[in-house]
Amino acid sequence: MASYDRPRDLGAALARRAAGPCVVLAGGTDHYPARVGALRDEDILDIGAIPELRGIQAVGDSWRIGATTTWSQVATASLPPAFDGLKLAAREIGGVQIQNRGTIGGNLCNASPAADGVPALLALDASVELATLGDTRHLPLADFILGNRKTRLGADQLLTAIIVPRAGATARGTFLKLGSRRYLVISIAMVAAMIETGAGGTIATVRIAVGACSPVARRLPLLEAALAGRRLERGIGATVRPDHLAALAPIDDVRGTAAYRQEAACELVARALETLAA
Amino acid sequence: MIRLAVNGRDVAVAGPPAARLADVLRDQLGLMGTKIGCDAGDCGACTVLLDGAQVCACLVPIAQAEGASITTVEGLAANGTLATLQVAFERHGAAQCGICTPGMLMAASALLAVDPHPSKHAVADALGGVLCRCTGYQKIVEAVLHAASDIGLSAPAAGVAVGAAMPRVDGTAKVTGAEVFGGDAGPPAALWLRAVRSPHWRATFHIGDLVGLHRRHPGLVRVLTARDVPGHNSFGIYPHIKDQPVLADGHVRFRGEAVAALVGDRATIAAIRDEDMPITWKPEDPLHDPAAALAEGAPLLHADRPGNVLTRGRVARGDLVAAFAGAHALAEVSVRTTFVEHAYIEPEAGWARRVGDRIEVAACTQTPYMDRDEVARVLGLAPEAVRIIPTGIGGGFGGKLDVAVQPLIAVAAWVLDRPVRCTFTRPESMAATTKRHPASITARAAVDTLGRLTGFDFHGDFNTGAYASWGPTVADRVPIHATGPYVVGAVRATSRAIYTNLTPAGAFRGFGVPQAAVAHEALMDDLAAKLGQDALEFRLENALRVGDPTATGQRLSHSCGLAACLEALRPRWRALRSEAERSNRADGAIRYGVGVGCMWYGCGNTSMSNPSTMRVGLARDGRLTLYSGAVDIGQGSNTVLVQIVADALGVAASAFTLVAGDTDRTADAGKTSASRQTFVSGRAAELAGRDLRAKLLRLANAGDDADLAIDGGTVRVRDHAGSRHVDLSGMTADANGDVLTGEGRFDPPTTKLDGDGQGSPYATYAFAAQLAAVAVDVKLGTVRVERMVAAHDVGRAINPMLVEGQIHGGIAQGLGFALMEEFVPGKTENLHDYLIPTFGDMPAIESILIEDREPLGPYGAKGIGEPALIATAPAILGAIHHATGVRVTELPALPHRLRAALKAAGWA
Repeated sequence: MASYDRPRDLGAALARRAAGPCVVLAGGTDHYPARVGALRDEDILDIGAIPELRGIQAVGDSWRIGATTTWSQVATASLPPAFDGLKLAAREIGGVQIQNRGTIGGNLCNASPAADGVPALLALDASVELATLGDTRHLPLADFILGNRKTRLGADQLLTAIIVPRAGATARGTFLKLGSRRYLVISIAMVAAMIETGAGGTIATVRIAVGACSPVARRLPLLEAALAGRRLERGIGATVRPDHLAALAPIDDVRGTAAYRQEAACELVARALETLAA
Repeated sequence: MIRLAVNGRDVAVAGPPAARLADVLRDQLGLMGTKIGCDAGDCGACTVLLDGAQVCACLVPIAQAEGASITTVEGLAANGTLATLQVAFERHGAAQCGICTPGMLMAASALLAVDPHPSKHAVADALGGVLCRCTGYQKIVEAVLHAASDIGLSAPAAGVAVGAAMPRVDGTAKVTGAEVFGGDAGPPAALWLRAVRSPHWRATFHIGDLVGLHRRHPGLVRVLTARDVPGHNSFGIYPHIKDQPVLADGHVRFRGEAVAALVGDRATIAAIRDEDMPITWKPEDPLHDPAAALAEGAPLLHADRPGNVLTRGRVARGDLVAAFAGAHALAEVSVRTTFVEHAYIEPEAGWARRVGDRIEVAACTQTPYMDRDEVARVLGLAPEAVRIIPTGIGGGFGGKLDVAVQPLIAVAAWVLDRPVRCTFTRPESMAATTKRHPASITARAAVDTLGRLTGFDFHGDFNTGAYASWGPTVADRVPIHATGPYVVGAVRATSRAIYTNLTPAGAFRGFGVPQAAVAHEALMDDLAAKLGQDALEFRLENALRVGDPTATGQRLSHSCGLAACLEALRPRWRALRSEAERSNRADGAIRYGVGVGCMWYGCGNTSMSNPSTMRVGLARDGRLTLYSGAVDIGQGSNTVLVQIVADALGVAASAFTLVAGDTDRTADAGKTSASRQTFVSGRAAELAGRDLRAKLLRLANAGDDADLAIDGGTVRVRDHAGSRHVDLSGMTADANGDVLTGEGRFDPPTTKLDGDGQGSPYATYAFAAQLAAVAVDVKLGTVRVERMVAAHDVGRAINPMLVEGQIHGGIAQGLGFALMEEFVPGKTENLHDYLIPTFGDMPAIESILIEDREPLGPYGAKGIGEPALIATAPAILGAIHHATGVRVTELPALPHRLRAALKAAGWA
C-alpha cells in the first residue's frame, strides 16, 4: 500500500526524502495529468503544507521565492519591474485554475522544454536552492535543468527556493509567448528578456532567454554581448541577427516545425527588445 | 479521515489522500455537478472553488483540501433559489449542452466575488481556463457581464412561443449541475468495464491464458473477447456495411481498437494496464496514406472492398468539356484538410443492465433508435428487446452518432446478468472514436464573359480510416454540395471514401461539406479577382435563387435566401473591406483583411426516408406531455419542439413537460444530425399539436379559431359562438396517463438520385454567408479573427436566441477548423495537444437572421446546426488572402504553415 506524507515542516520532508524514493507532489498540476486513467501505486511526499516553502521575500541582496509559491502569487506579488517578465509568464501558465495551484518550483522540477517559467527565470539570473537533511546548496538554474524532464535534483533532495539577485533600479523585464491559441496553450516558442540600463540609457546588463526551442530554455550570450553598451531605444530589435540564435536546437512537433521555431524566436526576441525600449 | 467543508457543510471523507478532489466530490459525496472532461487540467469542466479560488478539482489531492472550504455548483443556489449568475446563464442562453456550465459558473463566481462589474477582457481572463465546445463563448461572456442585473426569466404567452427568444425548457438542470450525463449515474452495485485497446495500427494478435491475470486481480470478474459477443460481432451505420467489430477478432485495423473488455470493480480494472494483458501481437505495416491504400496490390483492409475504396459519389450535369473549352476565365485549387476531433467536453459514458429477456442501455447518444437496432444485432435480440435511455449529452457534433460504450456495456451486462458501467477516459475517447474526414480536393471552375459560372469540376478523396462509419454519407453529400450555393452550367463532382489504418472518420457537423466549401469559396474569390469583380457581388450574381437548377437538377421553389444573406452583409462588407485596406496603408507586421464565405446545406438525410414521429398527451389532470424521441444535444431541440407544439395546440409553452429520447416511451424521431430536428421533428411536433387541438375542438364542437385554456381537468374552449368546457376527468387514460393524444409524422419528400446524381436529394436547403475580418501577423504567421458577421437563412427562427447560439458555436468550430484544429492520430489524444478555440480566440460575432419561409417546415423553419460552421473557414481564409495575397489551401493554417506560405509569396 502506497504511502502519502504531508509534513508541516521542511525537516520532516527532507527526512522523508532521505528515507527512500518518493514522488514529490506540490501543486499537482503536472502530477495528475501524467496519471489519467489510473493513479499509480506510489509513495508520495506532498510538500504543499510547508509554510517555509511558500512566499516571496527580499533577503539581503536577493529575492527568495519559495518553491511552492503559486503562479498566482507570483503574478500578484509586489516586485520590482525586473520581474515583469516573470509575472507575464505567470499569467500564461495554463488557466487561472492552474496558476492558482501550479508552483514555480514544480515548473522547474518538471523540466518541460516548454516550461514558461524557465526563460523568465533565466533572464533574472536565478539560482535554485537545493536542500538535503543537513545541507543546503545553490546551483544556477541553467545547471539545474539537464534536459527534457531531467534535472540534477537528487533523490534525497528538495528544491526549496528560487534565488534571484536584486537588479538595479533601472532593470525591466518582459516575456512574449507564441502559441496557436490565446489561453491554455503550450508554447511554440517564448522569449524572456531583462535589461538594466546605465548612464545615458545604454544597456548595462542584458539577459535574454528562449524557451521551447531546445531541450532546455537557453540564454543567448552572443546577442547579449552584441547588445551590451548600446543605447536602449526604438529600433534596438534590428540588432538581432539569426546567428545570435544559433545555439537553439528546435524540433518539429505538432505545434510547429523546427525552422519556423528558429525564425519565430528571432522575431520574438526583436519584439521583446522593442517592448523594453518602448 | 480528511475533514473539509463542502458548500458550507462539514464533511469527513475516507480513502487514499492522493485521490482527486473531483472523484471524491462525485463518488463519495454524490456531488455530480462537478464534471470530468479530461482529468488533466486541460478543460476546466471540474472547476470548483477552494477557499474562494478557482481550481481544477481533478488536479487537487484530497489531502490538500483538508481544512479547506470547497464550493461546487451545487453550492451556488442558496436555499433552492438560483443565484443571479445562474439565472443570467439561462436568460442569455449561455448553457447549451451544459457539460462545461458548472465549471464556467464557478470560474465566473470567483471573478464576480472580487470584481462584481468586470470588463469583457476580465471575464475572458478569468474564464479562459474552461473550454466550451458549443457556445462560442459569446453568450457566456454576456451572461457574466449581466450577472448583477437581477431580471429573472420570462416565458412567452400562449400562441406566441414561435419566434420568442425564450430560455431553454431544460436550462435549470444545466445551471444547477443537476443534469445527469452519461457518467453521472448508474444502477447500484454496477460493475465497471474498461476496454483494452490495440497499441498497433495494424496487427494480428492472440490473447493467451487469463488465469494468471484473474489470480493477480481478484476484483476482475470477467475478460470479454470477440467470442463472448452473443449476436453479430460487428456494427456500423449502414445496414449493408457492418464492418467494425465490437471486440476485434484476432486482427486490428487501427491503434485504439478494442480487443478485450475488462469487467470488474472500478479500482481493479483501472489498475490493470493494457500491457498486463497476455496478448501476443504481430504488427504489420499499416496503410496510413490514402495514396498507399489506393496503390495497386495494397493489402485490403476489408476483403469485400476492392482497392480499399469504401464508396464513391458522383454528380454530373451538362457539357463540362464545352464549358471549360469556352471559358472566359478559369480558376483551380487543391485543398488538403486533416482529421478534426469533435472534442465534446463529455467523454462517452453510460450503463447497461439486463431486465429479464430485455436489455436497457443508458448512454450519451445522438440517435437512440439506431443504437437500439445496433445493440439488438450485437446481442442477437429483437429490437423491441432493447431499451435505449439517452442520458444528458455533453456535446455531440456528430461524434455520438456512432455507438461507443453501448455495445460493450450491453454485451457485458447481458453475458454477466449484472449492471455494467463504462466511462471513456479523454485519451481513449480521442483515440477510439470517429473524426472529421481528412480531405484531399482538387477543383476547377469556369466563367463566361458575363461572369456566369459555366463549369465546375471537383474531385474529393476522403480518408475514412479503418471503418466505414458515416463515410458513405460524406461521399454522397459532398458531390451534391461541391459547387457551393451557385447556379452552374455544367458540373462534374466526384468523391471517394478510402480505407486506411487510421482512426475511423465519421460524422462531424457538415459531413464533408465544410471541407468542400473551402475549395468552392477559394474558386469564387479567384474567379472574382480574375474578372475584376467584387468577391461578394460575384457571388451574389451567381447565387442560387428560386427556380434555378442545382447541380442535381433540383429546382428550389421556396426558401432560397442566399441572395438576401449577401445583400444583408453588403454594407458591412464594404465598410470592413475599406477599413482593412485603409489600415494596410501603414507599414507593419500586422496586415488586415476581410473575406466572405457562402454555403448551402440540405436538411435531412440524402435521398433517404428520414421520418420523425412526435406525440403529445393530455392527462386527466390537464398535464401536457411532449413525447419526443429527438435527442437535444445542446442545440435546443427540446425547447424548439415545445415552442412549436405549444403554438400548434394553442397553449403556453410553459404548460408542457417533456419525455425525451427513451425508446420505450417515445416514437422514433430519427437521429439528431443533418440539421434535421427543427425541420423534420419540428414539423412532426406541429402536426402532433394540431392533431390534439383538432380532437379537443371536435369534442367542444368548436371552430378552428377557438382559444384553448387548460385548467386542471377542464379544457375551456372559446370561439365566436361562445365558451364550452371539455371535462377530462371522466375520460379513460392510456398507459401514460393521457386521456387524449395527438400524433404527427413528417418525412421530408426527396427522390432517389440517378447514376449521374440527378434528382431531389433534400426537401429544403439552408443558406448562409459570413464575413470574417482578420489581422495577420505576417512575421509570425498568426491570425487573429477580429470580427465575424453571419447572415443565415433559417426559414424562420423558432427561437432566435438558440439560433444565435448555434451560429456562435458553429463559428467557433469553423474557426478552429481553419486555424488550429489538427488531430494527429496517436499524437494529439488530449486537450492540450489538440487545440480548440478558447475565450480569447473568439471574435465579436454579429448575427443576421434571414427568414425566407420554407413551407414544408414548421412555421417556415429549417435547420441551422451544421450550416453555422460551413461558411466560417472559407470566410477566414478569404480574409487572410485579402490581407496578404496568400491563399491557404492546407488546413489548419497553423502559424508555421501560414508563415511558410507567406515566405513563399515573398513576405519578408
